[in-house]
Amino acid sequence: MLKRLFPHPYLTALLTLVWMLLDNTAGPGVFILGLILGIIIPAVTAPYWPDRPVLKHPVKIAAYVMIVIYDIIKSNIDVALIVLFKSNKDRSPAWITVPLDLKTPEAITVLAGTITMTPGTLTADVSAQGHALLIHCLDAPDPDAVRDDIKARYEARLKEIFE
Amino acid sequence: MVMEIIIAAFLVIGGVFGLVGNYGLIKLDHPMARLHAPTKATTLGVGGVLIASMIYSFAFEAEGSLHELLITLFLFITAPITANFISKAYLHRHAHEETLPEPNGDTNWAVLERPEWSPEPEKTQEG
Repeated sequence: MLKRLFPHPYLTALLTLVWMLLDNTAGPGVFILGLILGIIIPAVTAPYWPDRPVLKHPVKIAAYVMIVIYDIIKSNIDVALIVLFKSNKDRSPAWITVPLDLKTPEAITVLAGTITMTPGTLTADVSAQGHALLIHCLDAPDPDAVRDDIKARYEARLKEIFE
Repeated sequence: MVMEIIIAAFLVIGGVFGLVGNYGLIKLDHPMARLHAPTKATTLGVGGVLIASMIYSFAFEAEGSLHELLITLFLFITAPITANFISKAYLHRHAHEETLPEPNGDTNWAVLERPEWSPEPEKTQEG
């Protein structure tokens, strides 16, 4: 019964929270309306989402979010410094391939988004059969190090969370 | 007083990053490089303003406001997608100018892969 009512417990929680934030109050009425939406929306959209990965490690998700937020702040400062103090001819932009160990589309999407938000890298494309990401680096004197860093820092963690 | 200083500091940080991000648009010399400045520097620019707004609401208004977290969330979801679309459009038009790396054993990068049913490239694209 509980499984039927909450097929996606995290999605239900997220929708309820988003509804309460949209309303910007924390009363019980808002919570109940949010919960109703949080139950109806996953139930209605479930058929469109057949092979949804099951997320098992809330602690690891929280740790991942923290790492990404820290990296976003760091990357903002890095990019600002490059923009302000590095002349265009000193920059060494590069295209790099990041081979993927991840298989689920959701995990690859999260990885691509993370790469775009973090230090000097930007996801431009995915390969036709989904085994690699095409990354553009703003300033990468050592492209291989960037690739290894992405694989170790983000992809390994996402693999634990999604697969 | 202390709160006002903190709020002002966040506003200034946000403003500086927003300014640098937009300066980057002018200064950087390549379309792909230009994409980096608005996707990143602007995140902290908007973030700083939003944090200032949240602190202000908790410090000086009857009810606190957490609306701003949602803006951050939506920004984090939309910024990479926008960047991805723009870079795909760039690749579509300028692929012949770029030397892209090999796609790890796959046939090609998705944006350059041409399905059999699609029209001939020279009829749909110019340069």
